[in-house]
Amino acid sequence: MNLTLKIWRQQDANSKGAMHTYEVSDISEHMSFLEMLDVLNEGLVAKGESPVAFDHDCREGICGMCSLYINGEPHGPDRAITTCQLHMRKFKDGETIHIEPWRAKAFPVIKDLTVDRSSFDRIIQAGGYVSVNTSGNTQDANAIPIPKADADNAFDAATCIGCGACVAACKNASAMLFVSAKVSQLALLPQGQVERKDRVMNMVDQMDKEGFGNCTNTGACSIECPKEISLDNIARMNREFLIASVLPE
Amino acid sequence: MTKLDSKIPEGPIADKWTKHKNDINVVNPANKRSIDVIVVGSGLAGGSASASLAEMGYNVKTFCFQDSPRRAHSIAAQGGINAAKNYQNDGDSTYRLFYDTVKGGDYRAREANVYRLAEVSANIIDQCVAQGVPFAREYGGLLDNRSFGGVLVSRTFYAKGQTGQQLLLGAYSAMARKINTGKIKMYNRHEMLDLVIVDGKARGIIARNLVTGKIERHAAHAVVLATGGYGNVFFLSTNAMGSNVTAAWRAHRKGAFFSNPCYTQIHPTCIPRSGDYQSKLTLMSESLRNDGRIWVPKEKEDAIAIQENRMNAIDLPEEKRDYYLERRYPAFGNLVPRDVASRAAKERCDAGFGVNETGEAVYLDFATAIMRYGQEKANILHLENPSDAKIRELGEGVVEAKYGNLFQMYEKITDDNPYKMPMKIYPAVHYTMGGLWVDYNLMTSIPGCYAAGEANFSDHGANRLGASALMQGLADGYFVLPYTIGDFLADDIRTGPISTESAEFDQAEKDVRERLDSLINNKGSKSVDHFHKRLGKVMWDKVGMARNEKGLKEAIEEIRQIRDEFYEDVFVPGSQNEFNQELAKATRVADFLELGELFAKDALERTESCGGHFREESQTPEGEALRDDENFAFSSNWEWTGDPRNSVMHKEELTFNDIELKQRSYK
Repeated sequence: MNLTLKIWRQQDANSKGAMHTYEVSDISEHMSFLEMLDVLNEGLVAKGESPVAFDHDCREGICGMCSLYINGEPHGPDRAITTCQLHMRKFKDGETIHIEPWRAKAFPVIKDLTVDRSSFDRIIQAGGYVSVNTSGNTQDANAIPIPKADADNAFDAATCIGCGACVAACKNASAMLFVSAKVSQLALLPQGQVERKDRVMNMVDQMDKEGFGNCTNTGACSIECPKEISLDNIARMNREFLIASVLPE
Repeated sequence: MTKLDSKIPEGPIADKWTKHKNDINVVNPANKRSIDVIVVGSGLAGGSASASLAEMGYNVKTFCFQDSPRRAHSIAAQGGINAAKNYQNDGDSTYRLFYDTVKGGDYRAREANVYRLAEVSANIIDQCVAQGVPFAREYGGLLDNRSFGGVLVSRTFYAKGQTGQQLLLGAYSAMARKINTGKIKMYNRHEMLDLVIVDGKARGIIARNLVTGKIERHAAHAVVLATGGYGNVFFLSTNAMGSNVTAAWRAHRKGAFFSNPCYTQIHPTCIPRSGDYQSKLTLMSESLRNDGRIWVPKEKEDAIAIQENRMNAIDLPEEKRDYYLERRYPAFGNLVPRDVASRAAKERCDAGFGVNETGEAVYLDFATAIMRYGQEKANILHLENPSDAKIRELGEGVVEAKYGNLFQMYEKITDDNPYKMPMKIYPAVHYTMGGLWVDYNLMTSIPGCYAAGEANFSDHGANRLGASALMQGLADGYFVLPYTIGDFLADDIRTGPISTESAEFDQAEKDVRERLDSLINNKGSKSVDHFHKRLGKVMWDKVGMARNEKGLKEAIEEIRQIRDEFYEDVFVPGSQNEFNQELAKATRVADFLELGELFAKDALERTESCGGHFREESQTPEGEALRDDENFAFSSNWEWTGDPRNSVMHKEELTFNDIELKQRSYK
């Protein structure tokens, strides 16, 4: 396949960026999208030019590091995958592909297609945990049976990879899907009960401080989410937040 | 430093760890506040160690090259984590897990370390559940288990095909809690480029901020390396793109012995490579071998028809299929250990029975399991005379619930539907059992420098069993290192903060700057990947699944040649003072080019076969790995002397008091 790529280039957070046009040829449909970018970069390096910076690591859809906004969609046109799992067979020969970084105030650009998502880490640091120290004397793992449905729902929420596609997809750059996934996981499990109210209050507070927008229930986040995290989690977080607000500890 | 003291405690094996914890020095809680520890790496070992050390009161600085500690490659582990809980009442015990692990490692691990691993395994599950890790459960609400290769019990705990992710997020959230209180200072997007040694002790690191390019000095009373394995020396592996050996290698160059570099695990079930552009290989969890049956055609003409796309796998009748693992190993069948399964696949493909265009693939088939589960489900639903199509539909539903995300991953990559057509798989580099030598306290041969998780060599011998990497990473980080490090730090309660203004830091920083400058200023004509790919090809062809004297000698020469060319002709664009991913790659590949030679040299000197190390000269008449306990019951621990060709090997003899040395059999 031969493709035209329009890619956002920006030297660093303080520089002005712009879309640049590149041509790539002889792309196999079996390549992953990132392997196609590897080919582009190999060519740029061979010409002595600066390669396009983009985040990636595991290349199997689980680390959450890759993050491209492709033709107007986070992680591109396919569903339930990350960019590294997107394959070129989803594109047509001769197509023009637009590639941009995540765009959100809370995700400043580092370089080209790379953004800083440490705001997500700070939200988790505000309360996304159970306060239990390491100890060889925690109670036996089977001491508290957990209904399978609760365990499965908690797991589904816990599969969030923290990539930020939900924020990039949202017209308000809201992080509600990300935050609600962690709140839900721990609210559904007995281990999360003790800190349940503080957790939701502190995490939502931090989310607001980071400059993420509000949720208006368009559902774009869930559609673009590579792990198909459900909107139900946002509803659950709203309930948790309401209860914690009117009935504080 | 030439003498290796493993510091294994005296006494019966079951009492060693308890006795050791009682005997070693402890730092009192108030004094912990004046002691700093650097942890490099934020995976299961580094994350759990950081959290535990901070909870105990130490001041921790943690470094990772990713943009968040949650992304370390432990996250990609799929199948599960072992623990001797015996919840399934199948006779599991600490001893049995210990025995399986030593046997699975082909009797090349240190007994005392492995026993301790088995001993603390049950605590790991308790700890993770307490953190809110959502393991798979049965309808009664209790934890579910499954089986992994090389064992006869069900002791593997799991969270669908995302166990590593869930465990890592548990450790990450424990870290997050301590970052929030300031006890851990987290350095994302930082790469360690050198270890700093002051008065013979590891007292800090030189790190590069990957965003700004700034070279930073960080001091501490001890340094923990939890930096993972070095499988990317093969270029293509299941490791993440950024996984590298640099931190461990830099410690090696400063005096840490590097042990058994040639022990590499080639995982049998990965998606076969499809072209030269390929950047990495994707694993399909070993858990699939619980239900998948591995086969190739019995007749060569059928294999050729399949290779040439003239025939489909599902059209080949049952009696014309060769379920070669079930045939060769009736006791363990499709669940033989990884090294055995990989070699068996290679043997069939080398003989011409491979099932894709390249001839390097075998089938992993779920048809039998789908029908079996479908029938069970039909019974539960009390369906009268269900049609085959209905049974198949029900069975596919059960298989989806068990392995859905793995099947989806396979389909996205290959564009094939694994519910209808058997998966095609082939072995790929996955894990490295070798690593930095450590004593019973997990301290390397440099005082104050520790290694945990895959970065050390300690527990898996020459082959690691499935679901044991997660166990070891968390055992080291939660339950071993936080205690044993106190023995060293107890001498430092009056030391006060370590200064970064010293001749040693000056020198280390100068060395790092010179290395980076020479790469940037080289202005050669070829990219870093060009050299990395060439190194990987030599490693795979000559130091891969089967090794022989001639190939290894050639490999050593070829790797030297590639290394020389790298320094003459590599081109690294951009500058040092910016976000420069090519420069980061260049520093890593430079170290792989040295490690590669030591790796081949280690493989050359070990003329026996053991576990993942298969020397063609040493095999049984049936083609199984043949150990030579008389001459090789030791670990090979290499000392750096300035060039890999001159590295000096020190032996640590392995003695087995609690397990009888036997030729491994899974028949």
